[in-house]
Amino acid sequence: MTTSLDGSALAGPLSEVFAVDITRGIGRCANCGDSNPIGRVDVYLDAPGSVGRCPSCEHVLIRLTRSPDRLWLDMQGLISLELPIP
Amino acid sequence: MPLVTPGFKGRGRSSDPKLPPGQYLVTDFPVLSAGPTQRVDTPDWEFQVKTETGKVTSWTWESFRALPAERFTTDLHCVTKWSKLGTHWEGVSLDNLLAGIETAAEFVLVRSYGGYTTNLPLADLLGGKAWIAYRYDDKDLPREHGGPARLLVPHLYLWKSAKWVRGLDLRTDDQPGFWESLGYHNYGDPWQEQRYWGD
Amino acid sequence: MAGTAVLGGLRWLVATVTELRDETTTARTIVLDVPGWPGHQAGQHVDLRLTAEDGYSTERSYSIASASHGEHIELTVQVVPDGEVSPYLGRVLAVGYQIELRGPVGGWFVWPATSSPNPTVLYAGGSGIVPLMAMVRARALLGSAVPFRLVYSARRPEDVIYGDELAGYAATDPGFTVSYVYTREGPADSSRRPGRIDEPTVSHAEFGRDSDVFVCGPNPFVETVTRLLGKAKHDPRRIRTERFGSQGGTS
Repeated sequence: MTTSLDGSALAGPLSEVFAVDITRGIGRCANCGDSNPIGRVDVYLDAPGSVGRCPSCEHVLIRLTRSPDRLWLDMQGLISLELPIP
Repeated sequence: MPLVTPGFKGRGRSSDPKLPPGQYLVTDFPVLSAGPTQRVDTPDWEFQVKTETGKVTSWTWESFRALPAERFTTDLHCVTKWSKLGTHWEGVSLDNLLAGIETAAEFVLVRSYGGYTTNLPLADLLGGKAWIAYRYDDKDLPREHGGPARLLVPHLYLWKSAKWVRGLDLRTDDQPGFWESLGYHNYGDPWQEQRYWGD
Repeated sequence: MAGTAVLGGLRWLVATVTELRDETTTARTIVLDVPGWPGHQAGQHVDLRLTAEDGYSTERSYSIASASHGEHIELTVQVVPDGEVSPYLGRVLAVGYQIELRGPVGGWFVWPATSSPNPTVLYAGGSGIVPLMAMVRARALLGSAVPFRLVYSARRPEDVIYGDELAGYAATDPGFTVSYVYTREGPADSSRRPGRIDEPTVSHAEFGRDSDVFVCGPNPFVETVTRLLGKAKHDPRRIRTERFGSQGGTS
């Protein structure tokens, strides 16, 4: 579908990479500069990979793909990520 | 192998010889996208071909639709494993679109409204292998499937058939597109199951 | 607030079905025993991985319906008629079966979200009730007095899940209220005609523009409620949503 989901839809795949749940974190968009909780990111899951877009400007913040033995991650759309340490 | 879930069968999967390896047949037409459905109205639509020398040729919707077009039937293979056979389209062959454009370029970067890109050798767009398609199943191509116009290159995985296409950059060097730069195969031949880099 | 379940890369765990409970004619609750379960917060979900004998594998996310309680978790699955996974979970899966799962996942759409939670409004559309029910149950388990208003939108009264339990909380806890919006057909004695959630419902449910709001359900429902909250000038930073997609849930 081309309707999007919320950031928690990325949390599962990202849990393979990060030791901390980044959906609690606040990310700043490299395109528009807006800060949003990663939980608020617009997620598109059905494509060949997962894409998280800025809720303000739709710029790609995070991209993730998985093959049977590899995971690829691109976060160049996030200029910074602020995470609470529990 | 992951734990088998008792009694779980999943979707009907056929080992039909007409299907490339690892694919299953669908009868609906799944919509997959890396972003929101693009909304471009034909009065605003423009298609541009830029050669390696920087020369630009562009078409409006009117001039594009004035090009000779053809109706064709083809099979679609998506890297997410579904295949849809016998789909009916109408579009302009890239042979017609690119006729008269002088280039020594070997590679193409395809650009779409919304920022999506994909790359392939120029040779794979020619020789009756690719179209800019604007009608599907005898109706105007729906927005969710890439309307007003999409690229269609059926001999490669469907991620190469960029929806909401807006132009081609003809290049002497190969530039990986949106998925090719994130682990997907640079070429993407379904019959050789070239899904990921290194396949 | 317990710092549960967000540290450490998540592994696939093996869960065993210990109980099945029909909630409606199309929804059932699956009780799972998950050795190694680290505990979870209300609102989080799990990813289930199902594998056929030929190795074909697929994953789906399901919200956890229960409040955290040892190594037991509950999922409530709504069967989508031509879905790939929900008919299996709703009709084929049996007690004793084992299934792989990963979780808990998702640390943003959780309650409580802070150490001193505000009065909270919860909007559930269809199967969106599941994670919100985990929040209602967590609140009950904590003995919390934080006011909760649940607005639950369902097609018909027979589609309501957890109806008796919700009525129980409403009857015994003055801080908890539940109201229903029926979109297709209401109860015979209802004064309200069936229809989608509307401005009066939202403004009636509001505690104040700064209160916490959770919205969960199919995308059209979440988008409608978000838009209505916008019209009511509710602070968007206080609104947390979990969209289930266009079909109203993973199928």
